[in-house]
Amino acid sequence: MANIPDELKYSAEHEWVAGDPLVGATVTVGITEHAAEALGDIVYAEPPTVGDTVTAGEVCGELESTKAVSELYSPVTGKVTEVNAALESAPESINADPYGDGWIFKVEVTATPKSLIGPEAYSALTD
Amino acid sequence: MTTLRSPLHDEHVALNATLVDFAGWQMPVRYSGDIAEHLAVRSAAGLFDLSHMGELSVRGADAADFLDYALVGRVSAVKLWGAKYTMLCNEAGGVIDDLVIYRRDWDHFFIVANASNKDRVVTELRARLGSFEATVDDISHQIALIAVQGPRSAQITASMCKLGADDIEAMKYYSGANVLLEGGIHAFAARTGYTGEDGFELFVAADQARAVWRLALERGTALGMIPAGLSSRDTLRLEAGMPLYGQELGEQTTPFEAGLGRIIAFGTDENPRGDFVGREALAAVKAQGVARQLVGLVGLGRRSARTGYGVTDAAGNQVGVVTSGAPSPTLGQPIAMAYVPVAMSEPGTVLGIDVRGRREEMTVTALPFYKREK
Repeated sequence: MANIPDELKYSAEHEWVAGDPLVGATVTVGITEHAAEALGDIVYAEPPTVGDTVTAGEVCGELESTKAVSELYSPVTGKVTEVNAALESAPESINADPYGDGWIFKVEVTATPKSLIGPEAYSALTD
Repeated sequence: MTTLRSPLHDEHVALNATLVDFAGWQMPVRYSGDIAEHLAVRSAAGLFDLSHMGELSVRGADAADFLDYALVGRVSAVKLWGAKYTMLCNEAGGVIDDLVIYRRDWDHFFIVANASNKDRVVTELRARLGSFEATVDDISHQIALIAVQGPRSAQITASMCKLGADDIEAMKYYSGANVLLEGGIHAFAARTGYTGEDGFELFVAADQARAVWRLALERGTALGMIPAGLSSRDTLRLEAGMPLYGQELGEQTTPFEAGLGRIIAFGTDENPRGDFVGREALAAVKAQGVARQLVGLVGLGRRSARTGYGVTDAAGNQVGVVTSGAPSPTLGQPIAMAYVPVAMSEPGTVLGIDVRGRREEMTVTALPFYKREK
């Protein structure tokens, strides 16, 4: 059973959001352990670029494993303020530590997200 | 349709494998991780459950002559206990399935077919029986197939034998023998596989599969062997340049296009061969040449080509299609196989791949991408 931390919010596309996604706040985004396990060993991450505008529910990058490639969706709307540069040389952190070293990008939120769900609802989604 | 389960299903669940539906079967796609499993097979050994594969038994006084007529290879020339990679083609020369056949006796052949094609292979073979004195039996559900693949596979497989260990060590690639495993379990052991490494495939009765799986883990774990799933099997065979039915091979493809014309035996003046299904069409392809060719591609970037992606020329026009592609765990670069026009199939040719709307460049490379040291 994949780990689903209580303190995070989730999207139906298997991203997590750390921090309260209020307008003006900056939140951290990654993919869930469930998603990382499904994808297999990630060998290449292409996050959005700092300064990009991302929109909740829309594609903003991609993740590639030996087995498959998966699009990366933004769970929130806003402006990208930082990307995890360590993923360039160590994309496997997304598998090893999806909620820690495997974070992918940070966003300054510009619109209140409407479709984020809590850990219990996300857990039900992955059953 | 009901999803079939391997006789090893409970072992996979106990090992916390990720299971996927594959050709109507629920099979392990990975246990610990795709790359770790891939590299274990290259450096030590991996243990695979291939019980989804189809097994057929062809017997009878005319079994060899019948298979000579039904398949593109000259099966009658296979020595006792020998194995041969061959194909079942249609009249137009298209590939219905690729097969490995094993000669278990002069009048007894054992055929391994792809899971997704097995029923079709049985139907086609029976339709080709005509007046040959032979029978075609589907014994898939009685048989489990467990493969030990990797440079330490001979040592591990020999250590599993109560009787026959010497035969394992002495066995040539693409041949087999009956052995008696520890616990008194009968197995047909063949030095064959689909990973580009040395390896053994153990055909055992389905109800003894769990005992054999556990025996293999007991003997192999200390030598670095780990269970390996279908995901690593796919990257291993891709590195080895081995075609996969449904991707590189299909009814619209001839063996020549796939670079496997050598497996078709037309016979020679000194050693003529009789008719076989697809002969006329395949002879015409041989005489005229092919329009497209399967090639290997290596990318310098990091984004991989995947099955179905378009291959483009310098102007951006689609000229071909990718059949398989992945980041190669051994090479650390994206590799792929694709069908392209013959004029673009020379090694060194740079081709574009439409990777989800963005062009990536890959270079045509001779297959295989990886060859083991012998």
